[in-house]
Amino acid sequence: MKRICVCIAAMAMSLGTMALLAESNRVSPYGQQNASAGTEVKIDNFSFGPETLKVSAGTTVTWTNRDDIPHTVVSTTGAFKSKVLDTDEKFSFTFSKPGSYPYFCSIHPKMTGKVVVQ
Amino acid sequence: MKSKDELIHDHNHDGIDRRGFLKCMAWAGTGALCVIQGGVLKSYSLSQMSQWGEKATGDLSFVQISDSHMGFNKAANPDVVGTLKAAVDKINGLATPPEFLLHTGDISHLSKPEEFDTVDQILKNATAKDAFFVPGEHDMLNDDGRQYLERYGKASQGAGWYSFDKKGVHFIGLVNVLNLKAGGLGTLGPEQLEWMKKDVQHLKHSTPIVVFAHIPLWSVYPEWGWGTEDSAQALGFLKKFGSVTVLNGHIHQTMQKIEGNVTFHTAASTAFPQPQPGKADSPGPMKVPADELKSVLGITDVKHVQGQHALAVIDSTLG
Repeated sequence: MKRICVCIAAMAMSLGTMALLAESNRVSPYGQQNASAGTEVKIDNFSFGPETLKVSAGTTVTWTNRDDIPHTVVSTTGAFKSKVLDTDEKFSFTFSKPGSYPYFCSIHPKMTGKVVVQ
Repeated sequence: MKSKDELIHDHNHDGIDRRGFLKCMAWAGTGALCVIQGGVLKSYSLSQMSQWGEKATGDLSFVQISDSHMGFNKAANPDVVGTLKAAVDKINGLATPPEFLLHTGDISHLSKPEEFDTVDQILKNATAKDAFFVPGEHDMLNDDGRQYLERYGKASQGAGWYSFDKKGVHFIGLVNVLNLKAGGLGTLGPEQLEWMKKDVQHLKHSTPIVVFAHIPLWSVYPEWGWGTEDSAQALGFLKKFGSVTVLNGHIHQTMQKIEGNVTFHTAASTAFPQPQPGKADSPGPMKVPADELKSVLGITDVKHVQGQHALAVIDSTLG
């Protein structure tokens, strides 16, 4: 009985490792995809999507609020700050310098995101 | 006969059983009448107030309304004017007119002057003489609350906090919707806390205290931002008092919790319901079919609860 338990535990561990590997495989190309394709951030269901957006310097990023509730896009370092965005309203900002730009919704501060400029 | 649909908050030892709590959750009504009697607060749903008659009398009675979101026009309620008017009608139908109205924020949806104007006009039709406000985050958009302070904060301090006394009860209006930090919750801030500490310092321990603020001053569901970072400090100043009642809005549903000498109460919205904590992907407006909206906003079925039941602790639903 003891051996069976150990065996199951080992299987569970290896399954866990596989899941972790699968996760890291999945995350990596996801980030790459953002870097090449995205200049848009959608605000949906009280979250920024994608949460991390990678762009090259000089890119203009546009946020669109698709919620029924207003949101804002506010840099935590003061780099940019939108007015309040009602449903379907947009905010754009051009990132000229490389760096990491964390931001949040100042009305619902649990909503956070980041733009990484390369 | 025991009266039904009455909720009693007794600071001594009792509370709300699970059944009562669930009924309470279904109470997405249009407002609550609060009566303080000997330091104990009772709240009644407005939707069935007419049958209370003289029962709802006490040393002091007032009405709490919240989250009018004037200007909201989405599917969850395209007529927030109509539902606020309905709330005022209920207030005016009370057998004993309340002393005053207390609005716990999100008066407007987008901080537009015309939204505040509309609410002011509608509330003028209420028989209650006075109205007291605290701001919600929707009332301080774009200008860090300047407009709000001009309209409602003339007698207030700092970002809009203040206190007043009515018939021996000390009321404290707090602002916890400004200077919110990324990833954080509602915030009172050191300046306001310092003011509050001094405000209650010289009050007698027997003074009943009512604290009102927009975002809950207890941890309802931090994952959705339903709590206040530094509320423990504020509540710490109130430990010496025998009766403390905390009234909040923000979460668009009624919830109660009793902790020691403190009764926490959140009011329903007059505009639209929001989901129970964690029961949806986000805390966005809860859409119900048009013919059911009124029932969602108006149903009142709160059971009379006496002290024989165990206290229901809201935290158990947080997952």
